[in-house]
Amino acid sequence: MAEITDLGIAGIRDGFRAGDFSAREVAEAFNSAVAAGKALNAFIIETPDHAILAAEAADRARAAGELLPLSGVPLGIKDLFCTAGYQTTAASHILGGFTPPYESTVTGKLFAAGAGMLGKLNMDQFAMGSSNETSYFGNVVSPWRRNDGGNAPLAPGGSSGGSSSAIAARLVPAATGTDTGGSIRQPAAFTGIAGIKPTYGRCSRFGIVAFASSLDQAGAMAQDVRDSAILLEAMCGFDPKDSTSLDVAVPKWELGLSSNLKGKRVGIPKEYRVDNMPFEIDALWKQGIEWLRDAGAEIVDVSLPHTRYALPTYYIIAPAEASSNLARYDGVRYGLRHLPDGANLQDMYAATRAAGFGPEVKRRILIGTYVLSAGFYDAYYTKAQKVRALISRDFEDVFKSVDVLLTPTAPSAAFALGEKSADPLEMYLNDVFTVPASLAGVPAMSVPAGLDGQGLPLGLQIIGRPLDEQGVLNAGLAIEERAGFNAKPQNWWSN
Amino acid sequence: MSSYRIQGATGEWEVVIGLEVHAQIVSKAKLFSGASATFGAEPNANVSLIDAAMPGMLPVPNQECIRQAVKTGMALNAEINAWSRFDRKNYFYADLPQGYQISQLYHPLVGEGAITIDPDEKAGIVEAKTIGIERLHVEQDAGKLMHDQHPTSSYVDLNRSGVALMEIVSRPDMRSPAEAGAYLRKLRSILRYVGSCDGNMEEGSMRADVNVSVRKAGDSFGTRTETKNVNSIRFVMATIESEANRQVDVIEGGGRIVQETRLYDPDRNETRSMRSKEDAHDYRYFPDPDLLPLELTEDFLAACKAELPELPDAKCRRYESELGLPVYNAAVITADVETARWFEELVVETGKPVGEVGRTASNWLISDLFGALNRLGKTIDGSPVSPRQGAELLGLIADGTLSGTLAKQVFEIMLETGIDPGKIVEERGLRQTSDTGAIEQVIAEVMAANADKVEEYRGGKDKLFGFFVGQTMKAMAGKANPGVVNDLLKKALS
Amino acid sequence: MSVDAATVRKIASLARIAVTDGDVEAMVPELNNILGWIEQLGEVNTDGVAPLAAVIPNHQRLREDVVTDGNVRDKVLSNAPQPEHGFFAVPKVIE
Repeated sequence: MAEITDLGIAGIRDGFRAGDFSAREVAEAFNSAVAAGKALNAFIIETPDHAILAAEAADRARAAGELLPLSGVPLGIKDLFCTAGYQTTAASHILGGFTPPYESTVTGKLFAAGAGMLGKLNMDQFAMGSSNETSYFGNVVSPWRRNDGGNAPLAPGGSSGGSSSAIAARLVPAATGTDTGGSIRQPAAFTGIAGIKPTYGRCSRFGIVAFASSLDQAGAMAQDVRDSAILLEAMCGFDPKDSTSLDVAVPKWELGLSSNLKGKRVGIPKEYRVDNMPFEIDALWKQGIEWLRDAGAEIVDVSLPHTRYALPTYYIIAPAEASSNLARYDGVRYGLRHLPDGANLQDMYAATRAAGFGPEVKRRILIGTYVLSAGFYDAYYTKAQKVRALISRDFEDVFKSVDVLLTPTAPSAAFALGEKSADPLEMYLNDVFTVPASLAGVPAMSVPAGLDGQGLPLGLQIIGRPLDEQGVLNAGLAIEERAGFNAKPQNWWSN
Repeated sequence: MSSYRIQGATGEWEVVIGLEVHAQIVSKAKLFSGASATFGAEPNANVSLIDAAMPGMLPVPNQECIRQAVKTGMALNAEINAWSRFDRKNYFYADLPQGYQISQLYHPLVGEGAITIDPDEKAGIVEAKTIGIERLHVEQDAGKLMHDQHPTSSYVDLNRSGVALMEIVSRPDMRSPAEAGAYLRKLRSILRYVGSCDGNMEEGSMRADVNVSVRKAGDSFGTRTETKNVNSIRFVMATIESEANRQVDVIEGGGRIVQETRLYDPDRNETRSMRSKEDAHDYRYFPDPDLLPLELTEDFLAACKAELPELPDAKCRRYESELGLPVYNAAVITADVETARWFEELVVETGKPVGEVGRTASNWLISDLFGALNRLGKTIDGSPVSPRQGAELLGLIADGTLSGTLAKQVFEIMLETGIDPGKIVEERGLRQTSDTGAIEQVIAEVMAANADKVEEYRGGKDKLFGFFVGQTMKAMAGKANPGVVNDLLKKALS
Repeated sequence: MSVDAATVRKIASLARIAVTDGDVEAMVPELNNILGWIEQLGEVNTDGVAPLAAVIPNHQRLREDVVTDGNVRDKVLSNAPQPEHGFFAVPKVIE
């Protein structure tokens, strides 16, 4: 039998139900893997007690015949989700030691479904970053290494880099992520796992530390498409505490999985064929097209004319919202307070925020403050919201004739830590393929599809109609089955 | 046209006034959280994690607050915007946990409306005047900072944080402190009729930002200042007076008015500049992305309309025409919703047609009841006498059981004891008597005791008639029916 | 539009982030680089386009007016840097 830690959600769930192992055994196996995986720096805090307690409850539930959907399954939780009684920092200094007296809706649902928590996963600070280098707690390292023998530490992607790294290294069977401009999909692509961002409004944002409210959306990260479906199903659902939550039923996505795409039309947007795209990514994309054709889909060339304006639009809207969302970190009610001698209230704010925010967070707050400031609001913010409407309309138009879109997830494989951190703009450009779907609020997922010449994973992205996560998952499954992606990083991290 | 002018060294100056009134909306819970909106709880007790702006907390609007604001807009004859939106007003202060106030700038709930202020010659308002309302929007109140509890710290109490407010912005249509006072009284009256705000300025449920500028007649508007958070009508009027005079002094002294925020200091009766912050006017408003546009359905708006009560102007006209009340009585009684409600109950309790008792009842209410309440320092909703008791008293007067004098006596006892007038009359024997035999006997005694005066009267000194009436009434302890006394005296003396 | 050191200082002050001269010096070119790139949006013809109001069509729900929350002072103050007598304490403010 395979190692327990090689199993994903479905494997654990089914094995546990069949009596192959106890939930406690599962929790202990993963707790050990987490403890041994410190070299990856994937966790900000480890919570083995939580995993054990949930496992014990699951074992009792099994004995009583009262199994819950995620009984016996331990998970990693991105540190953006507030967890009652467990420190939640958003990987920032300013929330150092913050222990929420409340539970986010999403984690609350997961725990109510029987899941346990292995720990709070490292991430880019306030989810701002694409490499995990902005965390106050040090960057996460990808378990993957290039096959050039150089052992350069690689970025696990971001912002959900702790999640991607921990899943790829089999420290957790699956994890929550959040995606504002690609923070689930890009790290998934970088580490050879699956990750899905549902339609905006599917997952409640209540209790998730806000970055950019109109873009933030929680989602599932897992080894494969089936696990993504199971986890996402447990995370989604209407929440009256979030005004932007969608009051629609959550479909049985796992039950609905089918890789038969007969009758489906897949759009290939020409604007995603960008200059300087590595040959291997272009080749993989073509391969993906063939796989979907093989699964029965009809392939259609389509156009999303405003695609190239998505990134600049995003870099107005997201910082603008962030500059306001992060105003609450002021040293008055929680978190860090920096009070220089003789400082007045306003000095305290400035000192606290200077000490508590990292450089990327400050950069975005300043950009956001600038674009909203007197005289610039219309030129930047209003303009960006108009272009956003056009980008959204592009998707609307194209989804009149196709069911899903297929694109690469990222314009490169994982880059080395430090390689792009000197130039913020270059880092931003790594989200070029993921940001449009975020702006339009449509569901999108990344599935692992192959390796590049350096032995690093590459992902393909499927984008779907609003609320058609099933269509996205099914196309993902069709690729997964044909790609047969089973590469795993060599374990160099545990001693 | 108001004749109010500031007399400066260079001539007369006209004062231009606009008011932004913040009125606390009557609701059980706060605008965006389920915490109680009531006043006076322990520090930070009426605070939810949303009000404290904990990470990841989100706002969901309270329907009642929206309904109240819509009804108020309708009462101000304003256009209701079925599509509106909440914006964030960003600034840092310790009483503002989110670092922004959720308000409405770009798309307010209520658009243009108007209020008519009534003529008041004594106050220099010679005719009714319409004051334009620019907009009404809904927003969150801030918390409270306390500075006197600790030598080096201020204390933050978030109980007020997130309580719903309406901001009602007038046009710069007022030209005198009296007009501003009349506008505020009328606005408060309308809010109280609608039930959307209790109008209690002392508790802070209504406060005004006062925009004042001065100009020579015919000139365009001068630069205005904004005096923040003035919390009584009297202070608003005083603010205008002192600020307008200050501005005239500055301009005539060769200075220039700076657009700024000021504070009114009631102890010195002057305004002073708030240490101006350079970013005070860069609030970086943008639509709150945690909330969706507020779209009101036809049904919702129709229901709001249906819930609107009769408003003071309409009621006043009806009291004049249908009830036959004098203009003054109608205006006084309809000025406050509680008074009007009390009056209407009083009339109903008399069991008689309004046209018949309205006038008498209104006179009694304005002179007797108001006099007593003034003396006792009470408002009408705290009146020790109920409308039913008032009606009973009026009935006893109407059927001759009580004379005017006796009625006043009985009313005093009612105020003190709360006992029904009928019972007082029975228990204390305060019934007026029309028993001619008994009265004739007393008259005979009075005449016997004052034979000299009887002679004088009969000799032509008519004025003495009042003396005999007084003596007779006194001898009967005020209980004789004055009409009967008059008739019988005339007969006996002739 | 481009920002200079004075503008960066002004924005930082608006955002209540203390900056050193060195910070400002580094931020000016960085922000200009980003803002310059953002300005390509100017190319897009947005005449007659309404700004996006809701990402996914959805209606603002309204809560019933019921007190369901509050009276959680211990929770509210549980992470406070300086809780005193049931209040949050801050450096004295002079108004």
